[in-house]
Amino acid sequence: MEPKVLVINHEKCTGCRRCELVCSVYHEGVSNPSKARIKVEKWEWEGLYIPMTCRQCIDAPCMNVCPVKAIYRNEEEGRVHVDHDICIGCRSCVAVCPFGAMNFNPSEKRVFKCDLCSGEPQCVRFCDMKAVDFVTPSKESLIKKRNAAKKIADAKKLATTMSYEA
Amino acid sequence: MALDRKVAIVNLSTGKIDIKPISLEVRKKFLGGRGLAAYLLYKYVKPGCDPMGPDNAVIFSAGILGGTLASAGSRTDVMCKNPLTGLLGSGNMGGFFAPELRFAGFDHIVVLGKAPKPVYIWVNDGVVEIRDAKNLWGKSVTEAQWAVREELGDPDIKCAVCGPAAEKGVRYANVMTGIKNSNGRGGGGSVMGSKNLKMVAARGTMDIKIAHPMEALEFDKRYIEQITSAKVNQTMGALGTPFIWGATNSWGGLRTNNFQYNQLLYCDEIEPESIDEWSKKSVGEYNMTACFGCQVHCRAKYKIPDTPLARKFGVVGNYDEGPEYTSQGAFCCEPGCTRLDTLLICNHLVDQYGVDNLEIGHMIAWAMELYEEGILTNKDTGGLELRFGNDEALIEMIHQICNRSTPLGNILAEGGIRAAEKIGKNSIKYLVHVKGMGNLHSDERATPGLALNIAVASRGSDHLRSRPAIDLYHLPVDVLRKIYSSPVPYDGPLSSDHTEYIGKPWQVYWHENCYMAVDCLGTCKYHTTFLGATLPNFEDWSKVLYYNTGLEMSPKDIWDVAERCNIVERLFNIREGMKKDDPYKGEILVDRYFNEPARRGAPDVVGKTIDRQKFIEMRAEFYKYRGCDEDGVPKPETLKRLGLENIDKEPSLV
Repeated sequence: MEPKVLVINHEKCTGCRRCELVCSVYHEGVSNPSKARIKVEKWEWEGLYIPMTCRQCIDAPCMNVCPVKAIYRNEEEGRVHVDHDICIGCRSCVAVCPFGAMNFNPSEKRVFKCDLCSGEPQCVRFCDMKAVDFVTPSKESLIKKRNAAKKIADAKKLATTMSYEA
Repeated sequence: MALDRKVAIVNLSTGKIDIKPISLEVRKKFLGGRGLAAYLLYKYVKPGCDPMGPDNAVIFSAGILGGTLASAGSRTDVMCKNPLTGLLGSGNMGGFFAPELRFAGFDHIVVLGKAPKPVYIWVNDGVVEIRDAKNLWGKSVTEAQWAVREELGDPDIKCAVCGPAAEKGVRYANVMTGIKNSNGRGGGGSVMGSKNLKMVAARGTMDIKIAHPMEALEFDKRYIEQITSAKVNQTMGALGTPFIWGATNSWGGLRTNNFQYNQLLYCDEIEPESIDEWSKKSVGEYNMTACFGCQVHCRAKYKIPDTPLARKFGVVGNYDEGPEYTSQGAFCCEPGCTRLDTLLICNHLVDQYGVDNLEIGHMIAWAMELYEEGILTNKDTGGLELRFGNDEALIEMIHQICNRSTPLGNILAEGGIRAAEKIGKNSIKYLVHVKGMGNLHSDERATPGLALNIAVASRGSDHLRSRPAIDLYHLPVDVLRKIYSSPVPYDGPLSSDHTEYIGKPWQVYWHENCYMAVDCLGTCKYHTTFLGATLPNFEDWSKVLYYNTGLEMSPKDIWDVAERCNIVERLFNIREGMKKDDPYKGEILVDRYFNEPARRGAPDVVGKTIDRQKFIEMRAEFYKYRGCDEDGVPKPETLKRLGLENIDKEPSLV
């Protein structure tokens, strides 16, 4: 079965940051957004909020750069995983991630990233808007296709109504 | 853990900063947020001081559940002695400041003294410093926030900031955070301005340890569902608070043309659905935005449309949030204006100036009535046709008041009572206020319970301190009985009829405790028995508090905290000169409530006034429940029961 991924629709995000909150409590037992695996980046003066987290890349730069092969891809779960027993804490992965999704915890001196909560992502569970959703990648493009087509359909319907009025 | 946050006492005159812990004993007595702030205010403000002088304090507070999993632990309380009323000044805002303050290690920042030149306070991971604000002073509410982020190089800094209105000494200036979250009604911004304090900026990465994390998550899921499943919150999440304005206007419960009417006619443009339509058109389909950790998302986003008025005032396309129903009150029904662009422009201006929308709208509407009555003339207004329904005059007056740029603007910036003294000619007769604070835009002539609420509200005429808003839903008596008999028993009368006088004093008393408890916790009033009867209260808070903080408090314990804190606020007001029948500083309505019948609206509204005798009886009954004597002064046994008998003598517990 095709593994699910986190899909972010930033337009739906209300900017409440509950995802950050539940993420840090679930993983660390503390409320502390700086320890969350997801972060909502904001442009308040435009009303734009963009949740950022790991994309679980197929050809993951963090995995490729790791000098001790501590990072690997679990194909079944569709996620990129860090083995902390092997990790030497060089933070090369933090440096190369194009999304800033690999983080470093200075007090525990170790990297951390989204692990999809072992199959039940808390950010998705608590996001009422489903600005963060957990779906299969192929389904994601199907949904997008449908939504884009809907706009064309609406325009078409409107055009037909207008021609009747005329 | 959630209980280890500290208090910083910052003296701007001396530059001295004291950091103090909050003991468990104090937590159990006052919890945090507004409750503990009231105690700090009582202890740190010099009795009888000039509110705009160095002896006043301004206190920024996060609630005990701020930044925890509790839904919408986002609220910041700001307290001071209010420059408008000379009594308790207290405001409450959502947004993201309070959680950030807690992540930075603090629950309360108490600011004393006065800085010789503009400064700001920087709170970062346990450290507090006073910094030069020369790059921030004079900037608008939002510009100042973006500038401090630039200066300190961190886009995640959150600020409690005052705007140009506060710098100019307007007596009803707000503390603000983000785009439009406003700490209104309390005059906190004015006091900041008087202290040369531009903002408190916070940024933190410190843990708030959750006592029982997995249980907290699971409980929270159900708790949020309880909140978001309420119809009222679903409507709020779609239309924002304007839906309340729409509903009450069609019924006839809104102050219109100051107080001449109680319903605004021909106002399709500013109905909630119309605002929503424009909001979506200007920012897109998903047009709502939320405070920290809240799933109700009751605030709309918008851009100002390109209209002749917007062009004239140079604000076309500007982004803002809201408008809330208070802005519809302040800039639509009170001044008798019905245009959407006016509403959106005024809402934007008050957000940028950092001034209280309700108070400024009320001042302008009052001035409009004075103008139409011939008490103010063209000579006073500089030729401005200050008539009801004059949109341009309304916008112009906002500028004049916030900049104190004209003689009339300067007078109105002083607030109703002072302005009435200067204007004279019986102008006070037209002023609608309690304790010197302008009434909000709702008209309480048909709702005795709500009228009692605004009369006894600790910060002056206000709906957020004790309003039994569900009174308007005509709930069956057994439902009311269930709500109002917990966590303490009540077997007195209750009535489903909002035009009745019986049972209302208990409801006002119960809600006063309910809202105080919410404000101590630092969560939102839309998450309790305010507008929805099924929303959480004492029973549920006991659990949220336990899972998140580990503090074991029964519903009755939380009720007792709320009682204690309400009494502290009352003691502060009495110390600063409140007397129950004082027309300026009392717990009484202006004569218009008793003498002028409501003229529009539904059959249960038309012709209604408040019955003075019954009102006095309701107030007396309320005092009795509050543990006060007939003058509204707490009895010695009440103080003893709540452990407040030594509040004047004991050294501050924090």
